[in-house]
Amino acid sequence: MSPKTLYDKIWDAHVAHEAEDGTCLLYIDRHLVHEVTSPQAFEGLRMTGRTVRAPEKTIAVPDHNVPTTLDRAKGIDNEESRIQVEALDTNAKEFGIHYYPVSDVRQGIVHIVGPEQGWTLPGMTVVCGDSHTATHGAFGALAHGIGTSEVEHVLATQTLIQKKSKNMKVEITGKLKPGVTAKDITMAVIGETGTAGGTGYVIEYCGEAIRDLSMEGRMTVCNMAIEGGARAGLIAPDQTTYDYVKGRPHAPKAGAYEQAVENWKTLFTDEGAHFDKVVTLKGEDIQPCVTWGTSPEDVLPITATVPAPEDFEGGKVDAVKRSLDYMGLTPGQKLSDVEIDTVFIGSCTNGRIEDMRAVAEVVKGKKIKDGMRAMIVPGSGLVRAQAEEEGLAEIFEAAGFEWRLAGCSMCLAMNPDQLAENERCASTSNRNFEGRQGYKGRTHLVSPGMAAAAALTGRLTDVRDLM
Amino acid sequence: MDKFEKLQGIAAPMPLVNIDTDMIIPKVHLKSIKRTGFGKNLFDEMRFNRDGTEIADFVLNKPQYRNAEILVAGDNFGCGSSREHAPWAIADFGIKCVVSTSFADIFFNNCFKNGILPVVLPQEQVDLLMEDAERGANARMTVDLEAQEITTSEGEVIAFEVDAFKKHCLLQGLDDIGLTMEKVSAIDTFEAKDSAARPWV
Repeated sequence: MSPKTLYDKIWDAHVAHEAEDGTCLLYIDRHLVHEVTSPQAFEGLRMTGRTVRAPEKTIAVPDHNVPTTLDRAKGIDNEESRIQVEALDTNAKEFGIHYYPVSDVRQGIVHIVGPEQGWTLPGMTVVCGDSHTATHGAFGALAHGIGTSEVEHVLATQTLIQKKSKNMKVEITGKLKPGVTAKDITMAVIGETGTAGGTGYVIEYCGEAIRDLSMEGRMTVCNMAIEGGARAGLIAPDQTTYDYVKGRPHAPKAGAYEQAVENWKTLFTDEGAHFDKVVTLKGEDIQPCVTWGTSPEDVLPITATVPAPEDFEGGKVDAVKRSLDYMGLTPGQKLSDVEIDTVFIGSCTNGRIEDMRAVAEVVKGKKIKDGMRAMIVPGSGLVRAQAEEEGLAEIFEAAGFEWRLAGCSMCLAMNPDQLAENERCASTSNRNFEGRQGYKGRTHLVSPGMAAAAALTGRLTDVRDLM
Repeated sequence: MDKFEKLQGIAAPMPLVNIDTDMIIPKVHLKSIKRTGFGKNLFDEMRFNRDGTEIADFVLNKPQYRNAEILVAGDNFGCGSSREHAPWAIADFGIKCVVSTSFADIFFNNCFKNGILPVVLPQEQVDLLMEDAERGANARMTVDLEAQEITTSEGEVIAFEVDAFKKHCLLQGLDDIGLTMEKVSAIDTFEAKDSAARPWV
């Protein structure tokens, strides 16, 4: 048998039907659903008299629209947002799918809840009407975002019509330097490949620096595979993965667990398997990163200066002119001189317990800069509870942060957590697009430690200077 | 889904690279639970001032492009969020074909589900079509999906590739779910075999 990549193996294990032209029906093991991209899909089922084929494999949680303020039990003020969440309540009940309502302590961002509850397991196919489904690739699951028509397709058939992508390897060799995190790895990779560098590929991240990451860190890396244009990002499961999964509510129980682990141990890329594209970065070369523009590929080390349009070629020249104008930055300006009004810590990229700990380590016993608006939004109610149990919440509040309830919040600003015009934010989220965090808001993507450092100094700051 | 008929129409040039789905339809307009009505907010923040007045120099606000049915765009069109509201807005506005050197994966798939043809061409050919589009309303292009050809207003013919299955579905206006339902026995067989092999799933 010819050697296979991890992606080849998961793909092959899920092909329910293959047509002569290579178009496949790929079986879907887990379907995650949130309130924004699903109502039209459920409506489609109703209109055609179809049902959900495998409700036991379908999990729904409201996250995009939900308020994160402590008074959210009073309901959602925005009528359209409220209707979307109510539609999900109704659809989950009517179609009999697993549901974590806003009032449930387990509610949170869908990509944090899935792994936390043990729904996401190695070797699975996982989809969701959300591009950051790539997150689940950290478990060695083939996970990607889909559109609403495909949400309806999966609800009705538990399959997707797919053609196989190509294989891409991203290797991070060696060790990371202190102050450098999973977020910096994933941003550095996009800086290297560009936002279309992964188009047509599934990425497997490997190398010592990836192996050394916790599950939380691996989820951060895979989360932004989509920002590099890849269909999915994958990391082969290992003991770190098995240990994370064990004992979670929907993970296999004793007996089944051992059987599952035996299967998971076969999930690796065979020696000599072919990759269509290979990118290698040295872990020790990666520095704390920050974005300066309005595309996630606009990445530089915090020690750098703002580039000029002339530094680029082709269509990127005009795009950079537009970006710098939008961001209010001048070529040659030191990134560490850029002043910040707002800090947002959270999202499916960096809303897990390890991220909370990284922030606490930087801000413990300190105060955020006067006038700074700084919020920490845990990725789930359980992350919030754990951070409180570990005493992190007290550290945040003493430092001057707002400590919120779980949701997507200012990552995409569909709820009231938004930037005002020209407000500038150091954000642990995943997209710095124009208007992403609010109309004319300006976003600089950073790691949790870097966001914490910016909150203290009031400007983009090298977290290593505070260590 | 409507069938994709041979299209002859005005092409609007949008040379900006990395046009993301947040630009195509900002999140404040994602709150509807319907599939229709998004066209009025297509490219909302590029197209309108906050008070709702039009930004005159945005391409789709120019008189010659208001009825554009084709978009010639910069690299990596449709990157970012998976929101199908983006192709819904494009289709609702009346655009049926987008040409670029590359598209983001999810957006690309979403187009086919909504009767929109995304055409990938090499840079030189996109440049040629961009130039043609810049001539305005008198320069009508023809997109022939059956023949897999775009003809410029000057009669130059450019061939393009398209996945055979996706082409068939677009031409016939086929519903994917209906097609898959015809293969339900294959899904049943897979499920039975797989649940024996991986009972924990």
